[in-house]
Amino acid sequence: MARNKEKEFDTINDGSHAIRKFSIGDFIIILVLVILCATCILPFIHLAAKSISSNTAVMQKSVVLLPKGVNFDAYASIFQDGTLVHSFVYSVGVVALFTLLGMIACTCAAYPLSKKRLKGRTFFTILLMIPMYFNAGLIPTYLLYKNLGMLNTMWVLILPLIYSSYNMLIMKNYFQSNIPDSLEEAAFLDGASNFQILFQIVLPLSLPIIATLSLFYAVGRWNAYADNKYYITKEALKMIQYKLYQLVSSATEAQTATLSEAIEVTSTPEVLQAACIMFATLPIICIYPFLQKYFVKGVMVGAVKG
Amino acid sequence: MSAKSVKAPSLRESTSWKKALQRDWHLYLMLLVPVALVIVFNYAAYPGLRMVFMDYKPAKGYAGSKWVGWETFAKVFRDKDFNRALKNSIVFNLLDLLISFPMPIILALMLNELRFPRFKKVTQTILYLPHFLSWVIVGSVAYQLFKPSSGIVNVLMKNWGWIEEGIPFLTEKNHWAVTYLLIGVWQGMGWGTIIYLAAITGISGELYEAAMIDGASRMQRIWHITLPGIRSTIVVLLIMNLGKIMGSNFERLDVFANTQVRDYQYQLAIYIYEKGLANSKFSMATAVGLFQSLVGLMLVLISDRFSKALGEDGLL
Repeated sequence: MARNKEKEFDTINDGSHAIRKFSIGDFIIILVLVILCATCILPFIHLAAKSISSNTAVMQKSVVLLPKGVNFDAYASIFQDGTLVHSFVYSVGVVALFTLLGMIACTCAAYPLSKKRLKGRTFFTILLMIPMYFNAGLIPTYLLYKNLGMLNTMWVLILPLIYSSYNMLIMKNYFQSNIPDSLEEAAFLDGASNFQILFQIVLPLSLPIIATLSLFYAVGRWNAYADNKYYITKEALKMIQYKLYQLVSSATEAQTATLSEAIEVTSTPEVLQAACIMFATLPIICIYPFLQKYFVKGVMVGAVKG
Repeated sequence: MSAKSVKAPSLRESTSWKKALQRDWHLYLMLLVPVALVIVFNYAAYPGLRMVFMDYKPAKGYAGSKWVGWETFAKVFRDKDFNRALKNSIVFNLLDLLISFPMPIILALMLNELRFPRFKKVTQTILYLPHFLSWVIVGSVAYQLFKPSSGIVNVLMKNWGWIEEGIPFLTEKNHWAVTYLLIGVWQGMGWGTIIYLAAITGISGELYEAAMIDGASRMQRIWHITLPGIRSTIVVLLIMNLGKIMGSNFERLDVFANTQVRDYQYQLAIYIYEKGLANSKFSMATAVGLFQSLVGLMLVLISDRFSKALGEDGLL
């Protein structure tokens, strides 16, 4: 078959044939991509529409992509109740602190290990890489945190995770491939100390990777909830993803979303759930198009082995 | 690792510790931070693994619990729950690999054929979105959309007359399996293209020109140039993924949990959580965790060897 086509192609050599054929292929590709994109966007438009529609419209199942009977009652109850808002603010705080400490820990590991002259470099590299390939597992880790008195504190969500071998490798690779040794040697000859070289030469030249890794840290912390479930039982210390999980994780339709019994919620569970999901999702959807290019960069740097 | 491949000049290598510390004490001071962190939060947990040889009772602690040798492992391997969880984990991971692995390759090929740069850019941005969403959000959105009677997917299909009864996408185990796997594909497909698209840009444009002049069709160019060009990337990623066959993602399983689908949803991560934290069978849960870690580690090492034997870059 293919060979026949090839021959035919050879005889009709005016090119217009080729162009017409290509455009059919293009059409199919575009169609498939548009459908796939729709599966990524439409669910959120649907939920957003639902969250600001009237209870009756939602009960009649007539809301598809456009809201009907627009009102913001569900969001009003979220703000009135305050638990989700509190959790949101708390999560932002945890993420900010986590990202800052994470970048410090990461730089402290990546910079020395990027120096080939460092004595004991192989030893330290192995010491810092082993936890990535072998971890003790949930129970020993849980008991350790318990002994350290970290259960039910904010720190259990921060400290164990701020050093990440994966991010360290990315940063180390970046230092090694993007900061010319000659630059540092010149500074060294001029009498600059290691710290001066780091802060005045290396870090300013590494802003792209700093941005990328900060985002890795921040989004990773924002999205993870399993450690909340393992180590935290105090409501006030749970991050927003886990709160959302508790509110809407049930599959059964009879399950109702209750924020708290103290306030009067006028929206149906259906509408309220949609609003809660949107409340927790919107920040990511709003900022991610701007962050996306940094992530792509990070994946690329990480893919280049050093 | 790179330390091995790039030899420092011999003069530097023989520096004494005293000299090295004198010259680089800043650097060692910095290293203290991550070293302290891994020692306190990772290495300190390793001794706790000894409980797999004990009948660990939380009230008695390590000192008061009885040593039982290999009894815990024997108990685990006899445990019906464990065998079910193990089987489910392996089956689902293999299915996941089978379905999720080719998708980014196909998508990358499609994106690469796309001739409108702006459209391509917007498409990529949109397809990356699911990767940035937490499993909680993915799970709760899925439940909202797929509810049998009020979820929009079933409502629309009923309105269009495609189905009579709502399909229990997430509340019947076989439907759940398909939905669960497809959501996994959906979540990872866009993001997975990045690495392939990068590999494709590394292919020389001259090859395509020569092929065009020889009259190769689009499919022929994809088959004979693009795919061979990204072959090594595909192989490395495939091997890496094979190394993950024993893993299980607690969050992904947990958000899709409900009593109707437990037969399939009960995988190793769930087993460890429920036996361990929820039912205080600490020794058994730890033994399973250790088993999972060790097999996972072994698979990674084998994958690495395999990849190097094929002449590709290793993973370590």
